[in-house]
Amino acid sequence: MPIEVLMPALSPTMTEGKLAKWVKKEGDTVKSGDVLAEIETDKATMEVEAVDEGRVGKILVPEGTDNVAVNTPIAILLEEGEDESALSKGGNAPAAAAPANAAPASEETKAAPSAVQAPAPAPAPTVPAAPVSAPDSDEDKFFAKTVKKTVREALRDAMAEEMRRDEKVFVMGEEVAQYQGAYKVTQGLLQEFGERRVIDTPITEIGFAGLGVGASFKGLKPIVEFMTFNFAMQAIDHIINSAAKTLYMSGGQMGSPIVFRGPNGAAARVAAQHSQCYASWYAHCPGLKVVSPWSAADAKGLLKAAIRDPNPVVFLENEILYGQSFDVPEDEEFVLPIGKAKIERQGKDVTITAFSIMVGHALAAAEELAKEGIDAEVINLRTIRPLDTATIVNSVKKTNRLVSVEEGWPFAGIGSEMCALMMEQAFDYLDAPVARVAGLDVPMPYAANLEKLALPQVADIVKAAKQACYR
Amino acid sequence: MAASRRRSTKAQTDTAPAQAVSSEELLHYYREMLLIRRFEEKAGQLYGMGLIGGFCHLYIGQEAVVVGVQAALKEGDDVITSYRDHGHMLACGMEAKGVMAELTGRIGGYSKGKGGSMHMFSREKNFYGGHGIVGGQVPLGTGLAFAHKYLNDGGVSAVYCGDGAINQGQVYESFNMAALWKLPVLFVIENNKYAMGTSQERASAGELHQRGAAYGIPGYQVNGMDVLEVKAAADKWVNYIREGNGPVILEMKTYRYRGHSMSDPAKYRTKEEVEKMRSESDPIDQLKSKLLAGGHTDEDKLKEIDRAVKAIVTESAEFAQQSPEPDPSELWTDILVES
Repeated sequence: MPIEVLMPALSPTMTEGKLAKWVKKEGDTVKSGDVLAEIETDKATMEVEAVDEGRVGKILVPEGTDNVAVNTPIAILLEEGEDESALSKGGNAPAAAAPANAAPASEETKAAPSAVQAPAPAPAPTVPAAPVSAPDSDEDKFFAKTVKKTVREALRDAMAEEMRRDEKVFVMGEEVAQYQGAYKVTQGLLQEFGERRVIDTPITEIGFAGLGVGASFKGLKPIVEFMTFNFAMQAIDHIINSAAKTLYMSGGQMGSPIVFRGPNGAAARVAAQHSQCYASWYAHCPGLKVVSPWSAADAKGLLKAAIRDPNPVVFLENEILYGQSFDVPEDEEFVLPIGKAKIERQGKDVTITAFSIMVGHALAAAEELAKEGIDAEVINLRTIRPLDTATIVNSVKKTNRLVSVEEGWPFAGIGSEMCALMMEQAFDYLDAPVARVAGLDVPMPYAANLEKLALPQVADIVKAAKQACYR
Repeated sequence: MAASRRRSTKAQTDTAPAQAVSSEELLHYYREMLLIRRFEEKAGQLYGMGLIGGFCHLYIGQEAVVVGVQAALKEGDDVITSYRDHGHMLACGMEAKGVMAELTGRIGGYSKGKGGSMHMFSREKNFYGGHGIVGGQVPLGTGLAFAHKYLNDGGVSAVYCGDGAINQGQVYESFNMAALWKLPVLFVIENNKYAMGTSQERASAGELHQRGAAYGIPGYQVNGMDVLEVKAAADKWVNYIREGNGPVILEMKTYRYRGHSMSDPAKYRTKEEVEKMRSESDPIDQLKSKLLAGGHTDEDKLKEIDRAVKAIVTESAEFAQQSPEPDPSELWTDILVES
């Protein structure tokens, strides 16, 4: 059957071109890889190679022809054993010649495929607009028997229990083994689990983050500790491009059951490069879960959940909280659901959302507000992504006011997301504009007085809540 | 070994004498290389017809590298590479149909049309991608090797990167950890002389196979246009790695005939240079001559292989056009594993 040679597209944006020159003539034999013709686009002249073998039976578009549309038949090839009589039967099996060297569309600036080539997109289903929430937590029953632990100990216990439970769990990072953790979070793990499962890495964030993700592709469950999340900026390519996206890019064949954990946000007097909150950065990305505990019980229950989760989890801790003590359930089966917020204080006048260290500030603010007769409800978000929108929306339906508190910068921050959530799902319930309390929009200063000014304080939350209540 | 650790600017080539290779194996290599060549030509053709979109990086000219290395690997070993990945997938035994349908963005593709040319995987065939960020696959592949060591399963990870990726910092972070922890990983540098449009001379100081010298990683240059030389070197060093001696770097001197991607005019090299490589060093032509001269086969048998390969490729192209586009509901699947 004769083969039609079609005008090829030489780049995703090309719709037509000039057939500048025929290199092969009618009657010439061609084999795969031979240059058939030269074609000019508005950008470059390039050679077109044959893909099929045969003999040029007929040239349909003479050289010098301008504006030849992509996919127009330009010649007919006769296959082995065919003669010119086959031409009258018409070509079948249309086959564009392969562009040898295509137009120099820049790799970075290439436009979307032309309308001619792009199939009409089917309407896409939209994200469910109704508030979403994980199933209710049964955590209360675990609090019948508790013990006082620091956040640091709770995190360590969570890792140790999960490592005892699952041989595939291991922890790696800088100073996690012999040094016992830069902030002593991994204290004792090397002694119990040995150097096979508690691994000191070189200072090589993108390297060990990528290595951890690769190991997780094979079903291991790495806990990758960043000494602080500030250093994870070196590794963010693997957290997002490799860990978060692979399940989707592989059509569900392989994902990354990994935990990236470490202190996030400001510590004390360590200035701009060591004091940044990454909650909104990671929360932006589909394919990741983002968790940020406040209490020791949060830390333990959520870290155990993160380790058991088959997805990549970014676990944002706080250095200042490491030494604070809280009641923690003794039961090893105490695991908190990811995606579920906790109402830490019931109230009816205004809702305050916060995560990590800001939950403590919000609770302190609520006590101040109570003295002035304002009954605030405080929600500990616990998980940033997926956000427990149902708990927040339901609270606002009751209080009609929302104050969002975070330590990070305001622009495109978690508070911005809270505003969007209120617009989309609680607009008719609001009696006041949503108020954002956030870190100031400046790099973190070193001076003690400036650092304090840059971070949200209890008084800032009190002020914002009073404004929301028109007080 | 000692030789590789010397700080010499002279290339250390590995021309390990080939073990006796049976006619059957030789024909297998011929078939595998031809399948990749014909598949890529067809992909170029479908791109020209507008059926494949975006970036499409063809492997034509480099076939001996992946076919030779694959021949040295065993069931259970892993492969990971960059975005020039179609050849690696076929060599791993992934079906041409599924690969081509991924290129056309159809539901029958390995990633259900959601990954495309640069992002394809096969859990079943231990092919871990297909990665679009230059050099990103190197720590990931080192992690695959870490998992082999952790699980003590005797497996080896083959990590491919190009002469462009070799200048990324994360490659050296990986070399360091691989050497430090004696991970079972073969680093294959596919040096096709051009990182997109920048020649090796303009981008890379020193010899690429010596880039692991500071970490004590043995490194050798191999003629990547000869599948038997590739196979012999890979056999030797994969065994060395499997015995627990840590990583090895093999720099394959190879060449791509086509542009970096389909939209590359390739003005950075001469036609004569390309033509010289094609006519004098083509991996398929070289093996064909050896097969015929050594009496391993005859023209008829080779024609039969050609026809069989062509049938597979034709079928894959048909499948890639007939397979439907993914249902819009696929937008929202595979984002998270439901726990």
